[in-house]
Amino acid sequence: MPETDTLIDWPEEGVARAPYAVFSDPAIYAAEMRRIFRGPVWHYLGLEAELPEPGCYRLIDVGDTPVIVLRTPDGGINALVNRCAHKGTMLLFEPFGRIERLMCIYHNWSYDLDGCLRSVPFARGINGKGGMPASFDMAENGLDRLRVESLGGVVFGTFSEETPPLEAYIGERLMPNYRRMTQRPFKVLGYYSQYLDSNWKLYFENATDPYHATILHAWATRLKLNRFTMEGAIEMSERGWHHLSWSKMATDRDGEVYETEAFRSGGGDFDEFGLHDPSVIEQWDEFGDGITTAIQTAFPNFVLQQIHNTIATRYLVPRGPAGSELVWTVLGYADDDDRQTGIRLKQGNLIGPSGYISLEDGMVGSLVQKGIEGDKDKASVMEMAGRSVESIVNSRASECGVRGFWTAYRELMGV
Amino acid sequence: MAGDVPAAVAALMTEYVHAIDDDRLEDWPGFFTDPCLYRIATRDNEERGLPASLVYCDSRAMLLDRVVSVRHANVFEPHRYRHMTSAIRILDRDGAEFRTRSNYLVTRTMRDGTMAVFSTGAYRDVIVVEDGTARFRERVVVCDHGMINNLIAIPI
Ligand SMILES: [Fe+2]
Repeated sequence: MPETDTLIDWPEEGVARAPYAVFSDPAIYAAEMRRIFRGPVWHYLGLEAELPEPGCYRLIDVGDTPVIVLRTPDGGINALVNRCAHKGTMLLFEPFGRIERLMCIYHNWSYDLDGCLRSVPFARGINGKGGMPASFDMAENGLDRLRVESLGGVVFGTFSEETPPLEAYIGERLMPNYRRMTQRPFKVLGYYSQYLDSNWKLYFENATDPYHATILHAWATRLKLNRFTMEGAIEMSERGWHHLSWSKMATDRDGEVYETEAFRSGGGDFDEFGLHDPSVIEQWDEFGDGITTAIQTAFPNFVLQQIHNTIATRYLVPRGPAGSELVWTVLGYADDDDRQTGIRLKQGNLIGPSGYISLEDGMVGSLVQKGIEGDKDKASVMEMAGRSVESIVNSRASECGVRGFWTAYRELMGV
Repeated sequence: MAGDVPAAVAALMTEYVHAIDDDRLEDWPGFFTDPCLYRIATRDNEERGLPASLVYCDSRAMLLDRVVSVRHANVFEPHRYRHMTSAIRILDRDGAEFRTRSNYLVTRTMRDGTMAVFSTGAYRDVIVVEDGTARFRERVVVCDHGMINNLIAIPI
């Protein structure tokens, strides 16, 4: 990649630094769209549960590219770029629906569910005049397609032929938690999203950074739902690209460090912090292993989460260098009973844009975005537990997850 | 149309938005019966029959917990709301219980002076009047938008 050298000078400390310029430079953003989002990565495209019947589709933005994900008549899944081959018009705009074919509203070019062009109005002209030339080849004017793989009911797609198979991409170390969370069919409980005034990578740094969790999110720390003093780990995928952070709330030891060290998230200014109605955190041991929080990411922009009994996927849509949209799909499992569904809906208070635990996550990115604007030649510092992307067990006092993100980023960007 | 809007109902609607806009959040749970239902939902989810909410409280104590968290646990850039409400419609009446719908629009003003429309949608309410005082048995805030600008800390 010859253009890479001029794009950015990465600090010599490597992935323990992230130059501020990567969060706002339009040229870097454009390169990310090509090298990462069109590169050898798997993108979350949705759930099998969203496509129950042939012709059912959902729309999703993969980076800057609008994509249609649909169920084919033979039960397979196709992902087609949502753009007519004629003029580039978006073909569908209702986020979910059911179709028999794809027809562009502009000039009614129409395609089958494999994206093959089937008809062009007035192709033979009128009265023998006009129309398409004999050289026009229908077969060459189909819709662009992504490679698709579905694993545990979750659908992924990639633009690149070089992307390894999905299971290999996630990697052997992180597949056990992926299987743990996807072994039963999902049921969608709802959707919402957050528009964030920050570069997409600032939210993803947050998602791969357990260091902040028990400090920034005082609500959960004060209620002793999550503390670093609980049994937990950060496990990194083989190449360091993806991470899994987990903890078991019932195993807290010496948790009073939050109070004795006077962290804001400890007792602090409000000792009597407690719940007047504790039913919001009523829960059951979701997978029978005592793990109460498990956050798994897949580079570049996917999160699979268990926070108590809230199960969700999150993905990020970059919206220019200084904006992003974080899209949540709130889930249960198809075999949940009414009580379990009720608990999930009530625990919904913990997540999303109003989440007791998560409402700060989008907000901090905008504080960083504003903070770094004037000093693009400087860089952030991530040296907690060193400069490597090694996993850490019996502790989460490490920024290895964030360094893992930057490892993948540098590799694909060639910087 | 199931009749005119009773004075107690109109007063509840008015006092509710003033309490929030004046930052008297501690008064907010008192506008509800106990138990109650307060939800912030999205129009898309509601229309598709999807039950997830952004906020879900079914007791006054849960409403109070939201206020305590906003005041003492959650951190966010400070901001204020201004509610515009209109078009109160009584859908039906059963004795002292009214089912109503009304529209709202909320602006959000940050401490640096930036102001923007933050949310618009409909209140779907069940209101009970007792001894001349109206309270919400249910207030479901149905946002027209599924995308939230950053976060919702203060109730709508
Ligand atoms: Fe967080």
